[in-house]
Amino acid sequence: MKQLTVISGKGGTGKTTVTAAFAHLAINPVIADCDVDAADLHLLLSPKLIKQEPFYGTRLASIDIERCSRCGICEEICRFRAIHGLQVDNTSCEGCEVCAYICPEKAISLKERLSGYWFVSDTKEGPMVHAKLGIAAENSGKLVSLVRQAAKDLAETEKKDIILIDGPPGIGCPVIASIGGVDLVLAVTEPTLSGLHDLKRILEVTNHFHIPAMVCVNKYDINPENTRTIESYCEKNGIPIAGRIPYDPAVTKAMMNVLSVAEYPCGQVTEEVKNTWRKVEEYLFRYSCDAQKIQ
Amino acid sequence: MVISIASGKGGTGKTSVAVSLALSLDSCQLLDCDVEEPNASLFLKPLITGKTFVNVLEPWIDESKCSHCRACAEICVYHAIAVFEKNVFLLPQLCHGCGGCILVCPEKAIAEGRRSIGVIETGTSNSIAFIQGILNVGEHMATPVIREMKRFIKEDMHVIIDSPPGTSCPMIEGIKGSDFVLLVTEPTPFGLNDLKLAGDVVRELKIPLGVLINCDGIGDNRVREYCQDENIPLLLSIPWSRAIAEAYSRGIPAVEARPDLKENFRSLFRGIMSLAERKRDYDVQLGARR
Repeated sequence: MKQLTVISGKGGTGKTTVTAAFAHLAINPVIADCDVDAADLHLLLSPKLIKQEPFYGTRLASIDIERCSRCGICEEICRFRAIHGLQVDNTSCEGCEVCAYICPEKAISLKERLSGYWFVSDTKEGPMVHAKLGIAAENSGKLVSLVRQAAKDLAETEKKDIILIDGPPGIGCPVIASIGGVDLVLAVTEPTLSGLHDLKRILEVTNHFHIPAMVCVNKYDINPENTRTIESYCEKNGIPIAGRIPYDPAVTKAMMNVLSVAEYPCGQVTEEVKNTWRKVEEYLFRYSCDAQKIQ
Repeated sequence: MVISIASGKGGTGKTSVAVSLALSLDSCQLLDCDVEEPNASLFLKPLITGKTFVNVLEPWIDESKCSHCRACAEICVYHAIAVFEKNVFLLPQLCHGCGGCILVCPEKAIAEGRRSIGVIETGTSNSIAFIQGILNVGEHMATPVIREMKRFIKEDMHVIIDSPPGTSCPMIEGIKGSDFVLLVTEPTPFGLNDLKLAGDVVRELKIPLGVLINCDGIGDNRVREYCQDENIPLLLSIPWSRAIAEAYSRGIPAVEARPDLKENFRSLFRGIMSLAERKRDYDVQLGARR
């Protein structure tokens, strides 16, 4: 079983659009939406809910006002500046328990914090694992790991060939959780200075964690010169280009019709996405076939 | 007056709006808090004059003093310290820097070390005081960098924060303490879905908010309807234009490609000011009633 994560560094370059099309093109996939902050893949795949599970993030300190002697030691010791007087700031507390340990009156305890839900659903393209982070809840990296583990279990029990992971933007904790141990990362970028800058950073991250990467340039015709810069950068660094997708307003129309660009007629975009998938699939499966032959 | 420019969905135009707004004012501070992927400098090309490293606490363990009592491993809820019979292991990437291990060690074998996870750069670009945070590649936690950046805020200036995307820790750390949050969205199903999520977060933090629709015309009317139904002020809409998109791709801010937009951004700023003040007056009244 193979795992592919679609990421981008910069947001809004077309990760979810590409992942949804891949879900249609892939044979026998499990789909995992790991952009748990702002999940959108479900808007294209219209999942039918099978299972819902609560997600408990880091615990939250809670002060028993009756017992508290107002000594202020907890406020002083908290490295996250989460305690102000008798109040714990939910969005700052990281659940380290140091306040509970230090409190001479044993007035502080840690409470479970419901930080969201994760779901297993059925879609026309295959089973899907997705999640919803609670409002102003933290720890999206932990939720990403949960979604990935559930997708892996599902792929094993249902004998699926590939897990398609829609990743979050950025380079931090949820991104690192989304790409750890996958067979390939596809970085979707756009030919803008921001796109190029952010692509370089995300490729440094994949390199740092020794994860193979390919690049796809979306809306390449918005600035052909920048597209050439991106492609020569990739060439210099030995990163294969998986595809070039042109700009087409039909992509938004596909989204409004709740269809991926692989299903909705988007002319050249549809063709190029198919070519991109062929290259990605070839990378993922040809090498493993060769390895099997050798064995 | 601190204004955060945020959005649930990435790539809706936060940086473009933050930069254009900053360039439309006489003077201001601009903080690029998208420390994972900071882009505002590509448009403003600031002269960088200062650098500060952001350090987080990292325990330094003196193995010669360690009695392998496991107290540190037991207090660490992040599982960043593992103790075996005659060895202690620290996994720095898991450490949140709470200091618990230092506190509990009976042998005083753990010292308070520091590790740099990023850098804050300061400089100027025309009349803009520019500050950006950059997270080191391979680091997990963006929030300590954003938290440190907030110390550079000068309360007597207009401050514009280019916030990270999403709805979790980095975005919350970015907008926390702001007087107003402007949510930038696009009129598509993805844009609407993520606007709702981000709007919920902003309301949870009790910060007044408004919406800017970018790339107007590419989708449908549902974002407008949502704003109406939810009583969220729609402060500006910028139609999609290939000229703006191409200028953006070359690092040229929208207000330079289309100088006529400056007036729109100035009136956006006036709208934000009056909404933020209304909230402040309301809070004062509420306080008086209590």
